[in-house]
Amino acid sequence: MSPEAAILAAILLPAAGTLGILLAGRFSANLREAVTLTTSVLLAANVLSLLPDVLAGARPAVHIATLVPGIDIAFEVEPLGMLFAIIASGLWIVNSLYSIGYMRGNNEKHQTRFYAFFALAIVAAIGVAFAANLFTLYLFYEALTLSTYPLVTHKGDENSVRSARVYLGLLLLTSIGLFLPAVIWTYGVAGTGDFTDGGILAGHIAGPAVGLLLGLYAFGIGKAAIMPVHRWLPAAMVAPTPVSALLHAVAVVKAGVFSILKVIFYVFGVDFLAATPSADWLLYAAAFTILAASLVALRQQNLKRLLAYSTCSQLSYVVLAAALFKPLAEVGAVLHIAAHAFAKITLFFAAGAIYTASKKTEVHQLRGIGRRMPWTMAAFTIGALSMIGVPPTGGFISKWYLLAGAYEADNYVAMATVVLSTALNAGYFLPIIVLAWFAREEAAPGSVGAAAASGVKKDHGEAPFPAVLALTITAALTIAFFFFHQPALQLASEISMGLP
Amino acid sequence: MSVEAYHLAVLQVVVPLLSAPFVVLLRPRGLAWAAASAASAMAFAIAVSLTAGVLSGDEYRYAVGGWAAPYGIEIRVDALTSLLLLVVTGASLVALLAGRRSLDVDIDDARQPLFYGAWMLALAGLAGIVVSADAFNIFVFMEVSSLASYILIAAGPNRRALPATFKYLVMGTIGATFYLIGVGLIYMMTGTLNLADMAQRVHEVADQRPVLAAAGFIIVGLALKAAVFPLHAWLPNAYTYAPHAVTVFLAACATKVQIYVLLRFDFLVFQGNLPGHEFQFSHFLMPLALLAILLASGVAMMERNLKRLLAYSSVAQIGYIMLGVSLLSATGLSAGIIHIFNHALAKGALFLAVACLGMHIQGLRLGDLAGAAKRMPWTMAAFVIAGLSLIGIPGTAGFVSKWLLISAALAEGSLGIAVVAVVLIGSLMAVVYVWRVVEAAYFQSPQAGSPEGRHEAPPMLLVVTWAAVLGNVYFGLAPGLPIKLSQAAAASLLQHLP
Repeated sequence: MSPEAAILAAILLPAAGTLGILLAGRFSANLREAVTLTTSVLLAANVLSLLPDVLAGARPAVHIATLVPGIDIAFEVEPLGMLFAIIASGLWIVNSLYSIGYMRGNNEKHQTRFYAFFALAIVAAIGVAFAANLFTLYLFYEALTLSTYPLVTHKGDENSVRSARVYLGLLLLTSIGLFLPAVIWTYGVAGTGDFTDGGILAGHIAGPAVGLLLGLYAFGIGKAAIMPVHRWLPAAMVAPTPVSALLHAVAVVKAGVFSILKVIFYVFGVDFLAATPSADWLLYAAAFTILAASLVALRQQNLKRLLAYSTCSQLSYVVLAAALFKPLAEVGAVLHIAAHAFAKITLFFAAGAIYTASKKTEVHQLRGIGRRMPWTMAAFTIGALSMIGVPPTGGFISKWYLLAGAYEADNYVAMATVVLSTALNAGYFLPIIVLAWFAREEAAPGSVGAAAASGVKKDHGEAPFPAVLALTITAALTIAFFFFHQPALQLASEISMGLP
Repeated sequence: MSVEAYHLAVLQVVVPLLSAPFVVLLRPRGLAWAAASAASAMAFAIAVSLTAGVLSGDEYRYAVGGWAAPYGIEIRVDALTSLLLLVVTGASLVALLAGRRSLDVDIDDARQPLFYGAWMLALAGLAGIVVSADAFNIFVFMEVSSLASYILIAAGPNRRALPATFKYLVMGTIGATFYLIGVGLIYMMTGTLNLADMAQRVHEVADQRPVLAAAGFIIVGLALKAAVFPLHAWLPNAYTYAPHAVTVFLAACATKVQIYVLLRFDFLVFQGNLPGHEFQFSHFLMPLALLAILLASGVAMMERNLKRLLAYSSVAQIGYIMLGVSLLSATGLSAGIIHIFNHALAKGALFLAVACLGMHIQGLRLGDLAGAAKRMPWTMAAFVIAGLSLIGIPGTAGFVSKWLLISAALAEGSLGIAVVAVVLIGSLMAVVYVWRVVEAAYFQSPQAGSPEGRHEAPPMLLVVTWAAVLGNVYFGLAPGLPIKLSQAAAASLLQHLP
């Protein structure tokens, strides 16, 4: 298949999968899940088929339509988008496996709707990854918001409707209120929105306006969850865990930081921003988010909310690294997208597996759970170590490059932030690990009745097999990324070499 | 141009006008509807072929009765005209095709021929306003369309349709009278009624004060008929209590036709001749447009009746049109003009979905919609997509006009930033009022005693609704045609500026 056909297929496959899921859902659940799995495997294979060309330096592109002269819907695969697409499509396979175990294990309703909108969200994520210009990016960015809304509100009770309102409201508020004017402003001054190596804005805009435009992008791309526009992320945790895992740890939030990286690399240009003092504030906003979100995470009792704040802080690592405007740091930013994806999806899988097996959602309930669910908690431990940045996990690699970049830039704020937040990460993850492995299970008298009333199961083993398999795979990927990150590094350095 | 093509411009009015008395005579059930639909389809086909002609570079000028302008009545079709003709005839055709079953419920059999006859007159009147190049003739058609639409609105099943119609009648008459006073003043000073001729002669007039007074009367009169804030008081109840199909028709085109006359008159006759008038026009209308967007959207956010919610949204959307126009630049004008087309698509589709809902849900307050998504999944899905177009989500027609409007405003410097802020706040307010409907329909559990199971709207109604919804998506992804027409229209309106 030619690369151009592969790009189109990457968009159309999950779209066809959506229809297939809707049709198959009328006949049998097994058939429907088969459609999901087949589609995800085909998609990943198809996306991977583009990798050799991109590594060889090619930039396959497809032009779909011209709305107005100068404003096109078009796709182009460049290294950063390639990486994001591989992560999203690859983890979709694992996540589909996990979904099967989770959704069936919890007897969730409306499963056909769930899988259909999930596939639709993947269409949008791939569209974001391969967008060749700002307009196309914005189109699929909004599609991603809208297609995940039914997933967040899946339960349909009052709590999830209220949280979903925050989710949709904040994401649309930022994208329509800030992102859209930034896009139109860019088209207005540069005359184009095509992603170009070295940026398109240099020479068209100068002084404080650069900082302002960067601000419109940084906060307008609310999916990157820079404080104070992060509130949608904890709100999204009412969704079923597979949604939190793939979408709110990988596809949606990564679409956010990915878009910010795209804007920094290909719209502003790293050198242009490095030479513009008014763009410096982004580093401090990211540093603040890293520390503040970690502090909030420290105080969370609900496991998924804790993970959400951790995500919020980890996303700002990417932004922080990018905002150093140094080649090594940019490599760190790109690598951290991948490293965090593997680790965080593992943590969410584990949280969901714990819920499926035991209905436990709070941190203090996890005493001694490691003995009942050794596989799950082992995976959780690996994920948590990667969050802290301990070798041999993927998180170490990206932190290494990030620190190297900070050192290169002589930026003590960035270095101090990384060191401090590593301590904070350890501060909220290690107690969970200790609690799970070394504490004794609660068996106080009277708590049995209370536990039964709250639906907590006392006697349980591991979650259903597909879920455990999925989290084992992602935990293995987290470790594998430490040893085999060459392709990702190569992709990342392609981008940095593309800088003039 | 062939002889037949030459006559197309006048046939645009003649076909519906002559079909009106014919429709009234058709007594057997359903026949009047069929004839009215056929006439509408023919009118739409004429509009399409006129548009095709305009796109290939023709300009249609027709002297009625062979009397040449400026003495005879002239009919003209250019880019702006053809865009409006598409909207007017398209809205009528869609509303008639979709509305048969819905109208059967609202209007008893005996009165149906009269009702459809009035519909044809309204169509003829609106099309006549658009094609006329003669100020007095515009007034005549304005009266024809207004009187006919009073009948259409008064046919609403709720008794409150009558006071709503009466309010519309009083306000509409005041508006038309103001317009007539303005035209009279100009006629007194120049001795001509043909717009193009007027534009030539106004500057020969020694004393310009009566012309300025005429401009005031005409702008205010037309603003009243176009429901420009704060002269919109007649609109919400008129839309709310009219039969659903009538709301589809009128919401899509009636106010826009008045805006069209306002544009024609002001840009063609006044701005070229009255020094500095373009700033009077802009400084008068822009604050009103901004207020319309903010206040009417605010009211829509609070409103509990679905149709009145959408009606207030229309007042806000008229604000967007006037805002683009009052920027006085080529991009601003084309943004305003294309929003005439795009808003007709979005609001038409929304009111069609309302018509679907109205088949099975009484009252149409937000509380009545609880659980509607389960009973009518296709209808509510259509409502959501059309609602996204109203908000201006990319991939829909509404986004194209927002994009052009913001681009035009950003070119205006610091004032533009305030304008952009209002446009964006208005869009976010639209998110709120559309989403209130969505949440009511999707997440509230139905009231006790309401029927279970699926009850979709009649197939014809649903098919037409979805056609309109897909139109929103199509013109969101391939907006070439309306953009071309609106840019040509903006260019021709602005060429009269010094």
